[in-house]
Parts: sequence; C-alpha cells; structure tokens
Amino acid sequence: MQVVTANRLIDGRVVFRDAAGRWCEAFAAAAALEAAATTQAVAESARDVAARLIVDPYAVDVVATPAGLTPTSMRERIRAGGPTSGSEVAAPRLDRAA
Amino acid sequence: MYVYDALDRRFVAARVEQFRDQVARRLSGELSEEQFRPLRLMNGVYLQLHSYMLRVAIPYGTLSSRQLRTLARIARTHDKGYGHFTTRQNIQFNWPSLEMIPDILAELAEVEMHAIQTSGNCIRSITADHLAGAAPDEVVDPRPYAEILRQWSSVHPEFSWLPRKFKIAITGAPQDRAAIRVHDIGLQVVKRDDGEVGFTVHVGGGLGRSPFLAWTLRDFLPEKHLLAYVEAILRVYNLYGRRDNKYKARIKILMHEAGFATVRDEVEAEFERIRDGALELPAADVARIARQFALPPLAARPAASPREDAAKAADPAFARFVATNVTPHKVAGHASVTISLKPIGGVPGDATAEAMELVADLAERYGHGEIRVSHRQNLILPHVARDDLPEIHAALVAAGLATANAGLVSDTITCPGLDFCALANARSIPVAKDIARRFADPARAAEIGPLDVKISGCINACAHHHVGAIGILGVDRKGEEFYQLTLGGSSGEDAALGDSAGPGFPPERVADAVETVVSTYLAHRTAPHETFLATWRRVGLAPFKEALAHVGR
Ligand code: SF4
Repeated sequence: MQVVTANRLIDGRVVFRDAAGRWCEAFAAAAALEAAATTQAVAESARDVAARLIVDPYAVDVVATPAGLTPTSMRERIRAGGPTSGSEVAAPRLDRAA
Repeated sequence: MYVYDALDRRFVAARVEQFRDQVARRLSGELSEEQFRPLRLMNGVYLQLHSYMLRVAIPYGTLSSRQLRTLARIARTHDKGYGHFTTRQNIQFNWPSLEMIPDILAELAEVEMHAIQTSGNCIRSITADHLAGAAPDEVVDPRPYAEILRQWSSVHPEFSWLPRKFKIAITGAPQDRAAIRVHDIGLQVVKRDDGEVGFTVHVGGGLGRSPFLAWTLRDFLPEKHLLAYVEAILRVYNLYGRRDNKYKARIKILMHEAGFATVRDEVEAEFERIRDGALELPAADVARIARQFALPPLAARPAASPREDAAKAADPAFARFVATNVTPHKVAGHASVTISLKPIGGVPGDATAEAMELVADLAERYGHGEIRVSHRQNLILPHVARDDLPEIHAALVAAGLATANAGLVSDTITCPGLDFCALANARSIPVAKDIARRFADPARAAEIGPLDVKISGCINACAHHHVGAIGILGVDRKGEEFYQLTLGGSSGEDAALGDSAGPGFPPERVADAVETVVSTYLAHRTAPHETFLATWRRVGLAPFKEALAHVGR
C-alpha cells in the first residue's frame, strides 16, 4: 500500500493526498492506495504542481500496524511525524490546508 | 568589525529585491521548480524534509550584538523560536515560509547580513578561526583577508557556476582552529622573519565520499598576490574540474586525478599570466580594511584576576567552567569565553531566540559587542575582562547556557541528520544526545579531557566525521539506521583522516561503542595529559578494534 506525498509550495510543509485529492498536513488523512490507484494519484498530482500548490509529489510505501498506517522507511516516518529530536519537538505543528 | 560601505549596501539591497521578484515569479507560476531551484540555492534557500531552510552567512564567524538580536527576532517571528549554528559558521532557520524569505532577507540586509552564496556551486561563505584577533598564538588577524575574499568572490561572474561548491577557510595562527586542511582552499597567514606577511596555501582538502587532506601549493605567497593566486586556482579548477559526475567534481578529485604537480604547474602558469595586474592588493586597501578589524580598546589589566580566583575557590562549577570554556587572550587580564550550545540532552548547535538575546546582551555589556560562531557550533565572547568572568558565568547559569564542556566528549559537532536533512541516511541528533548524556558527569568528563566527537548523518560529512578523534557516520542498512566509527582523525595542524574501526552499530549501541573507545584510551594512555590522538598514534587501531568487538551489534 502507498500514500502520495509532496511539499507545499508556499511554505514547504509536508502534505499528503487525501481521498478527495486535497493536500493535508496530517498523515492520518492520507488516502491509502493500491498500486494502480497510486500511479493515477501521482499522475493527477501533476495538476497541483502546475497549479502551484505543491512540489515534487511521489508515492510512499506504508504498512498497516496496530496503531494505524505507517511509512516503511525511517525517512518517511520522520517526514510524516516531524523531527524526532529537534528543538521544536514540544512545539505544536501548524495546520493549514493547501 | 567590518562596516558596509555604500556599494556593499546597494549590492545586498539589490539582491534582496532580485530574489523578491524571483519568489513572486515562482509563486505566480512564471518560474517552474526546475528554473527556480538554482536561483533559490544562490540565496541559501533549500527545500528540506519538513520545510524550506534558509542558511544565512556569518562571514568568518563574526557577529555584532545587533546582528545576533536580528537573528533572534527572525527565529521568533519566522521560525519556531530557534536557529541552528552550523560547522561552517552559518546559521540555519529550519521553518521559514518561502513567501516570507524576501522579508527575512530585507531584515538581514538592515544589519549588513545576507544569505548570498551559502549554497550552490559557487565560492561559499568564507570561514575563519573563531578566535581571530583574540588568540595569543595568532600571528596576523585573518579576517581582513577573509573580507577581501568575500568581496572578490561575491557574484564573481566567472565563478558563479563552478563544477561544484568551493569552500575557503583561513587562519592566522599556527594552531589550526579553522580546519583549513579539509577545505578546497585553506589559507594560513604567516609572517616571515623579515616581517613580510603572506600565506601558506593549501588546496584540495575535502571530506564527503572521497576524503582528502589538502596539498600545500605554496609555502609563502606574498600578501599582495592573494587574489591573483586564488583566482588562478579557481580558473584552473573551473576549466578542468569534472562536470560529468557531481561526486567527482570537487577540486580534490582534480588534484587526485590530474596529480598535484600538474595542477600546481597550471595554477602557477595562470598566476604568472595575471600577477601584478588588476588583482594586485594595494597595501593601503589592506590597511584600510584591517583597521575595521582593530582590537577593541581593552584597558591594560594585571594578568591574574583576584575576583576570578576568589570565585573559583568559592564555586567549583565556576572553576570547571573556566577550565573548559575560557581561553587566554592576547591582551593580559582578558579572555575569550565559549558559550556551549551543547547542553546535555539538547540539540547541538541550536540556540533559542532568548539565548541569542542573552548572548547579545552579555557581549554588549562585557565584550565590546562582539560575538563569534565557531565551526564547532558554539558561540564565543572573544574579548572579555577576566574580572568579569564571575558575572558572565552567573548570567549563563541563570539561562541554562553554562554547560562546562567545551572541547569535551559531549561537545560534539553534529549535523542535522535525518531529523531535517533531505540527503540524510540516518539521524545524528539523537545519537549526539545519547553520547552527551553518557558523558554528562563533569568529573568523569574532566578526567577524560579534550576529545572531539563528530557525527554526520550521511557520507556528505557536514560534521567532518572523517577528522574527528571519534567520527561517527550514519548509514542506511536495509532501511535501518546504522553507525560506523572512524578513529584517530584530526582537523587541526596535525590533520589526519580517521581509520575505520570495523563494522558499525545500531543506534542504541553507539554510546556504548564511544564509551568503549574512551575506556580503551584511558587504559592505554601513559599519563592524564597524553591526548587521545597521542595515545592513538602510539598504540594504533588494534586495541580499539579488539575492545569494540565486544560491544553488542
Ligand atoms: S552530513 Fe548528510 S545528513 Fe548531515 S547535514 Fe550533511 S548532507 Fe545532511
């Protein structure tokens, strides 16, 4: 299973594509897709690149765990959850829709 | 400190407006990401894992209180309340929004700062000894030359699109605190017996995937030829440096592949062609710029400070702080104070807005308004009176900034790693925190003595792990973070690349591995003053490797 992610153009924040094709900061909102659907979702994301909402969309492998979906790679887990060890870890994340 | 003239001001202001226009064109869709990327990189703007990152130049690591307060304000307004000082004496903001960056640059321009050439394949911001102008062993203050090089290299039309980035470091002291042998060009200002000032020129140092220590191209280059010679080096590199493979594009690879003698001959030939021309440095100009770096008026004082001595006798924490974080000054009765940005359990190199403001205040009150950033990711008050040390320490204690660990195991150089960096393979910060906690006990840390630990989250080696006494490199092993150790490296005048200490360790074992290296050193050193490197050079890798074999993997 995969989800589609990108960075938002205006502020660079990590965003995920939800089932309605919107870009959300919350990983939990991401639509989990099978291979064919992922390819289509990435292709559709090109429109949002052209519309200057996001940059560099791509698919990320995820697995189901008891706590919900989680990316398989450490890099993507950190992108989804924020820095594990930065000075801002205690600070709230911004949330604003693209 | 150097003060911008009208030309500098116009130049930086024009650049802000140019970038404002480029950002507007990107946001309007006139520029694609591919077109915009090289333009934003020329202005220090990266797109990292979580956000844009803005890298601001702190040329030769020198800041005024006013500049540091501006950095604090930017941290508070445009970031999450902090900034990150890097091993190239820059500051990075991790969370700016692209649309706000032109405003941030405008704020910086007001205090004579910018982000020009902190990224991209150009001559990067020039770094220098953080104790320049203050250290007792210094022969000549290197900062006037660093400033001259900054002016010469700023949007140099010929060298704005080099095969790869190009880093210059400079020191004016025999003790190398600027890691000049691991830079593309490393300059040491020297004075001959007859009083003539010049440079020893090292070329082709660099770490990353293929680490090299620099070759010495010239033992003595007369001062007036500085720009002509450096331009000759850059021209030869720009012409012959590889552009087909970015991992082979640095000048070190050219030196390695073409050979030292070939490159030297090309450089010398080009230098002969252009010497004594427009690039010759007029002595009057050097003197004019040097005057801007004159030592502040430090009143003559007795060498010993009874106030300091009394405070040391009364407060062991203060005595420890003086032992580790206070270094002698060239003017009697004065000292340089290192403010460690490595609190136990903190993020190495991070400073909150409040910390920056406090340091700016202390500098104003006790240190002639001057602050330095070291490549070891700490802040320094270069010129303070020893009599004022107790007050400075008390203020730092109250702010949680008095960690007495400069140069000790917990004073690691640590890159942002996978918590922030888009190129990383593994995290660096949690590993640094683990190590700092392991060696938190001040008595034990003091017993171990100076020991430099450097942690990079990938082979790009931003933390200079190859030249750490203990170097730690994060790698990706089948999707898991894994850490390899190198031992015996040095970035000083005795520069050396570390040797691999064998197979790596999972994250939770790295502090154990460091502990094992430290115990092995303590077991083998002949006396407490025998440094780690001295022991290492005497006993070699074998006992360390043997001991590390017993650390769980
Ligand atoms: S060493 Fe690698 S992980 Fe660390 S900052 Fe440099 S590029 Fe990023």
